[in-house]
Formats: sequence, structure tokens, C-alpha cells
Amino acid sequence: MKNRINQLFQDKKENILSVYFTAGYPKLDDTVSIIEKLVANGVDLIEIGMPFSDPVADGPVIQHSSLIALKNGMTIKTLFEQLKGIREKVNIPLILMGYLNPVIQFGVEKFCEKCSEVGIDGLILPDLPLNEYQENYREVFAKYNLHNILLITPQTSEKRLVEIDEASSGFIYMVSSSSTTGAKNSVADFHIDYFERIQNMKLKNPRVIGFGISNQETFYNACKYAQGAIIGSAFVKALEGETTLDEKISNFVNQVVKTV
Amino acid sequence: MSYQVNKKGYYGEFGGAFIPEMMHPNIEELQEKYMEIINSYNFRQDFISLLKHYVGRPSPLYLAKRMSEKYQTNIFLKREDLNHTGSHKVNNTIGQILLAKALGKTRIIAETGAGQHGVATATVCALMNMKCIVYMGALDVQRQAPNVKKMRMLGAEVIPAESGNKTLKDATNEAMRDWINNPVDTHYIIGSVVGPHPYPDMVARFQSVISEEIKWQLDEQMGRELPTRVIACVGGGSNAAGAFYHFLDTDSVELIGVEAAGKGVDTDETAATLTLGKPGVLHSSRSYVMQTEDGQIIEPYSISAGLDYPGIGPMHANLHATKRAKYLWATDEEVLEAALELTQLEGIIPALESAHALAALKKIDLKPEDINVINLSGRGDKDMETYLNYFGY
Repeated sequence: MKNRINQLFQDKKENILSVYFTAGYPKLDDTVSIIEKLVANGVDLIEIGMPFSDPVADGPVIQHSSLIALKNGMTIKTLFEQLKGIREKVNIPLILMGYLNPVIQFGVEKFCEKCSEVGIDGLILPDLPLNEYQENYREVFAKYNLHNILLITPQTSEKRLVEIDEASSGFIYMVSSSSTTGAKNSVADFHIDYFERIQNMKLKNPRVIGFGISNQETFYNACKYAQGAIIGSAFVKALEGETTLDEKISNFVNQVVKTV
Repeated sequence: MSYQVNKKGYYGEFGGAFIPEMMHPNIEELQEKYMEIINSYNFRQDFISLLKHYVGRPSPLYLAKRMSEKYQTNIFLKREDLNHTGSHKVNNTIGQILLAKALGKTRIIAETGAGQHGVATATVCALMNMKCIVYMGALDVQRQAPNVKKMRMLGAEVIPAESGNKTLKDATNEAMRDWINNPVDTHYIIGSVVGPHPYPDMVARFQSVISEEIKWQLDEQMGRELPTRVIACVGGGSNAAGAFYHFLDTDSVELIGVEAAGKGVDTDETAATLTLGKPGVLHSSRSYVMQTEDGQIIEPYSISAGLDYPGIGPMHANLHATKRAKYLWATDEEVLEAALELTQLEGIIPALESAHALAALKKIDLKPEDINVINLSGRGDKDMETYLNYFGY
């Protein structure tokens, strides 16, 4: 079966909206309803965060949501149980994002097998670097038709960009500026020259820009330089407050996208 | 079998560099350049000269007569507590600040638990006129107040880490986040033999001056270079790595590390990683980690802020897995008693961390002809309040 990530980038060439949220936040059982509501509001791709106690690449907002999710009792096992049957409800690509240690403890092969069972299309593991992936993980990911989404930053050398492009099979996650998540939220912080430099490299993989995308302005600005953009911290923040999940999610997504 | 790091940054199956892409350029730069820089003539000259004239090395190797008598054996204390800034930590910060200069960095960040590494970092930053930011768990900021004041007086900015248990692990997370956010001008001076390759090897090399001196000092005093055993406390494991280093490949020398058991290895309040942990990935390397079944990191506890860490350096993980070294543990109570014993037998007030090594004397079989070297990694000034409260002086 064709991976849904490839299908998406084949069908849609611009303004792809990807949204990250932390599984088990704000409530343990919100995971599936958040996915459904994001899909109902026209989001193209969803990154489901697997909470970790020590998320070094994340800023305070995602760190806080992870802590609450863990306190709520979220585990990888619970997440897979929640996601059972999700493919009867939604068709867009789903990606799991998290840190390596919980995956190792779950068992890497067993984890990939479960991903394939529930219909996950790709993984983002920020602390699984390229060389470790190539040597120890590539084969098992491929066996279960899982794309490993690799990150690049403004400091990534041209030689390494080529290597990452070579090793990538879904899309490349372009970190907008060197930072942890949610650290910057102004387009002025963006490295436009970096965006243009990458655009001119004609990489084989599509690119999506993340980190620092928080509203309509930053979203469409980023989309000028890539096929889409990812919103994480701003969405997680939007899940706070008194109103219903329904309202929070539709308000947020409608604020970001004019027409999907 | 070699117990040193291999080309890929592994000690056996432990180590590596599990870093987010955002840290890759910094780590790659270090991996490519550290050996060339630290082996260069200029670096060696500066390093050796500063250790001698600024730190006050060699640190004495002292035959503790009354203590030896009590335990019916020979006990030597390697007096790292007499180093400038009060612990072994300065050996590493001198090395890393010279390395940072050679790399053209202008801003230094560090994490600290008890504050000894923070003070040592703030000190070398003052010496070299570098901007210095130290992350310290908010709880440790409270319990190690004198060291916080020292760091501030030395010109460093101390930022309390408010996440998690607000201790060393959380300070390390914050320092890593800072480095991710400041990838160009900043060097991260990691204080122990933990973190991504090349840190464990680099820090061990800077600390190996300890075992190098033990060899010639023992030869000078006893006519032999090799002790029966070397004993050192282990949190991340930098003082132990330094004390073990030149004996790693000499099987006749027994190596003993002592972990912080806190209130006991059968309680939830402990930091005995090798005793209770499992292999996993934390702070960018594969090692033993105290964790739940789901791979979440367990908050550690120890009375000594410097050993209050749920991981351990990959070199120690490998020494443990291959049984080259033996790792014991000591509880808070045993440690406090050991500290008082040394104080009253020899007139030396040790750091709580170092007192873990002393507590091992009651746990091993000592023979009269044995030559035991205990690495006294730091002095107890910073722990006076804890001692006074416990003993009621």
C-alpha cells in the first residue's frame, strides 16, 4: 500500500497544514477526538506527540503538556490502544513524534509493528540521529512502511543536507531557526536566506517548515518556501482554557487557514 | 579488551551521540577537532601550566595513618579537595575553557548539581574573560546557596531550572536547550563523563591527571606504581573516571565505584543507577538509566546534590557490564557517618559526594597489605549546613 504521506504530497503541492499535539493532553482520552476534530477542520497531516519526561528539543509549552499527559497516565501502550480503529475514521497521514528512550523500552520492532497495525505512516524521533538510524533502524522502519522524518536546521551543512535528503522518504522537516519548539514566534526571526538556499537546492523530498509557526501570517509566509508548515506549541497552547475542545480546535484552525 | 572509547564514540554497547539535529554542528565540530586540539603543543603547555600554577596540582596523595590503623590496611587519600575551587571539577573546566577558546567560542554554558562544577566553570570563565551562564536545579539553588553566591560573585549568571525535580537532570535539560537555541557562539562545558560523544572521553582525559599522579606518587611513597584498589564515588562519574583512567587496562588493580543509594535501594528515594537502572538513552548517550517500564526517567534522590542524577557515564556502564569495575552503593546515613569519621580521624571534612567513597571501606574485605587509594573528590564546606543539622553541633 502506498504510504499516505507520499500520497498527500503528490496530491497537494502547497499550503499543507500539519498540526502537532501531545497525546493524553489536556485529558488522557482526548487523543482520538483531537485527531477527528483536526481532520474535520481540514488539517492535512497530524503529528501525535508521545510524551517524554525529558524532552530536550522542546520548549516550555510542549514540555508542560508532556508532563500533564504523563501525569494523566499516558504511555505508548495506552496510545496504541486509543489509536486502534482510527483508520476507520480518518484518512490523512498520521505521524508519531517523540523521544527514543520510551520507544527502545517498548521494543523497536514491536513499536513499528504496532504503528503499522493502527495505521501510522511516519515517525519523528529528534534524538535518533541520521547515522544511528541508518545503521540500526532503517530496515525495521522500512519493513513496516514507516517513514523516518529527519530534521534540518539553518546550520545543517550542504553535504549533510544531501545525505539527509538521500536517507529521507516522506518529507524533510525544516526547523525554521535554531531553537527549541515554541521559542520564537515572529517571521522576523526566520532565516529567509536559509529558506531560499534550501529551495534552490532542488531536493528530492518535499519540505515542511516547523518551529515558530503560530498564526496565519507565519503559516503563509513559511508556505512560500516549502510545501507546508507545522504548528505545534501554538496549538497545544490553544487547547488550554474553558471552552470545549470542538470550539478551541475549530477557532484555532480557522484563524490559521483562510481556505484549505 | 580495551575499556577506552572507540572511533564511533562507544564503550562496548554504551555511549554514542543521540543528539537532535539542532546540536549536530556543534557536536560534529567537537568530534572532529577535540583530539587534535588537546594533543597540540600549545594546549598541553597551557593546560599543564594552569593545573600547576592556578589549580595547585599535583594534589597530594596522603597516607591517612589513623584511618589505616582503624581499618587495618593502607589507605591513601587523593586530595582533589585541595584543588582551587574545592574539587576535581576544575581539572575539566580548565581543559574545556582552553578548548572553547581554540574553537573560537565566546559564550559558555554549564549545568551544575552541588555547584562545584558551576563554581569551577564560573572560575575559568572569569580567568579567561568569557560570558558564563550556569543552569542549576531550583532545589539545588536553595540547598547549595554558598556556591550560588560564589558563582554570582565570579560574574556568572545562575539560572534556576524549574522543570522536573528541579535538580541536576533538569539543569542538564535546560543547558541542552540553551545550546540548541545558541548554536554558533556557545560552548557547553559538561561537568561529567556523560552526554554525547566526545564529552565522556574528553572529560575523562582531562580528569585522567588524577590517576597519572597517583601512579608516580605511589611509586615515590611506596616504591610501586599500582595500588590494590581505587575507590571513588559515582554520580555521572567524572572523578571516578579520572581516578580509574590509567589503571583501566591493568586488571590487577581493583576498581570500585560507589553510587548514592539515598534512603536505600529498596526505596523510591535513591540515585543508584547501576544498581537499579536499565540500558536506555538519556542526555544523548546510551547508558544505564533509572527509568519506569515505559522509559520515562525516574527522578533520583540523594543527600548529595552532586550525585543526584538518574544516569551514569557510558564508560562506567561498560565497566559495570564487563565486570571490570565493581559498583557498590552507600545510603545517606552511611555517608554522613563516614564523613564524620574522616573528619575526626584525619581532620579533613569531605564533600558529601566524596564521603560515599569513604563509606565503601565498611563494605569491602580489606587486607593489611592492601594499598587502597580513595579519591577524595571535594571538600565539605558547601555541605556544612547538612552536617551541622544532622550531627547537631
